[in-house]
Amino acid sequence: MSKPTPVDDATFEKEVLQADKPVLVDFWAAWCKPCLMVAPILDELAEEYDGKLNFVKLDVDSSARTAANYGIMSIPTLLIFKGGEPVLTIVGTMPKPELKKRIEAKLE
Amino acid sequence: MADQRNYDVVIIGAGPAGLTAGLYTARAKLSTVVLEKELVGGQIANVEHVENFPGFPDGVGGYELGQLMQQQAEKFGATIIGAEATGLEIKEDNRKVVKTTQGDFETGVVIIAGAATRKKLGVPGEEEFIGRGVSYCATCDAPLFQDKMVAVVGGGDAAITEALHLAKFAAKVTLIHRRDELRATVLLRDRVLGEPKIDILWDTTVDEVVGETLVKRLKLNNVKTGAKAVLELDGIFVSIGFMPDTGFLKGVVHLDPIGHIITNDKMETDVPGILAAGDIRNSSVRQAITAAGDGATAAVTVEHFLNEQQK
Ligand SMILES: Cc1cc2nc3c(=O)[nH]c(=O)nc-3n(C[C@H](O)[C@H](O)[C@H](O)COP(=O)(O)OP(=O)(O)OC[C@H]3O[C@@H](n4cnc5c(N)ncnc54)[C@H](O)[C@@H]3O)c2cc1C
Repeated sequence: MSKPTPVDDATFEKEVLQADKPVLVDFWAAWCKPCLMVAPILDELAEEYDGKLNFVKLDVDSSARTAANYGIMSIPTLLIFKGGEPVLTIVGTMPKPELKKRIEAKLE
Repeated sequence: MADQRNYDVVIIGAGPAGLTAGLYTARAKLSTVVLEKELVGGQIANVEHVENFPGFPDGVGGYELGQLMQQQAEKFGATIIGAEATGLEIKEDNRKVVKTTQGDFETGVVIIAGAATRKKLGVPGEEEFIGRGVSYCATCDAPLFQDKMVAVVGGGDAAITEALHLAKFAAKVTLIHRRDELRATVLLRDRVLGEPKIDILWDTTVDEVVGETLVKRLKLNNVKTGAKAVLELDGIFVSIGFMPDTGFLKGVVHLDPIGHIITNDKMETDVPGILAAGDIRNSSVRQAITAAGDGATAAVTVEHFLNEQQK
């Protein structure tokens, strides 16, 4: 698996909460322009962290329930889940190296 | 990414000013890198619809405008890199070193076309609730506030634009402004005053953002009467402008007391080979088209400067 795969309200439990690896969830929507800028960075990171961290994306329009559960009121928001619990929240865009730094601190 | 560290021109910031400067210098066959810490396109990339950029009679999406500028600059050979400039040094031979989060870049010329950050309210609760009801970008987040109660803080063109955009989604928008009149242009002022979903609270500032997991209310202060009030809501959009973030340029180039960069009308600072363009200049009128114009002027000045040096 190299590119972030889509998840929705129905698959979130299995793909994210019960995953055996840490998972990064990209909360996004088609109308969110900065989200479009983050996407290619996440594509690359999914490649780089292949096997260590799963990458998924959740459309907040069609999966509003999950977005609301996690209180997502700004996008892009990235959440990293470990063992079903969110361990890192990143709101807004940032350059790739900065993003990597934050992710790596949580992967230790 | 080509690991080039030596350029004819380093441009800090990929907004309209930086991308236009980059287009011009790259087209003049100068090796050019543009550094961007956040979003290519700059502030305008977050604007839903830009009505006053000439050439687009029906308006143009701000994000699209930024993308078009990026494409045009790249087409002529400019490189755009995601990095934040954190320092600027002048070497003995007058070459410059731009320190960034991605290492150093050496160059003959620096064009500073960025170096601002969004102003925050600086009140309790603001930081805590970022992404949980506190937002700085209506075009990113407005649809998440469908049928909800929101406030916009500010009174300039940007704040009004954000409030009008939010009114398409939210149940009600309260515009919180610390003065008793709007600074915005007449057209926008008329639109906001005629929008039934928008209420304006004049002479008012925010004391505190209060919530539990999400924002619940604001504590407000009337600056004239000192009266305190509470506004129940789901979201607050802060749009009180940008603040120079030029600390790393202090002692390098001449800044005004707020931190804006002082230039002449060729966009030159007091240091040869260091120029500034766009909103970051102290005399800028802070529009996309004027920023782009500054960028072009700066680039032409750079060409002359480098030609002179070669003589
Ligand atoms: C809501 C809103 C609505 C607006 N509406 C309009 C409109 O309708 N028409 C109009 O003409 N203008 C409008 N404007 C204003 C317009 O967007 C700005 O005047 C214009 O973007 C300024 O361009 P600039 O290139 O000078 O700076 P910016 O657009 O601010 O770009 C500077 C870039 O530099 C980057 N940067 C900053 N510091 C660093 C650093 N240290 N290292 C690397 N990169 C850095 C920033 O991230 C940014 O991307 C609006 C602004 C807002 C906020």
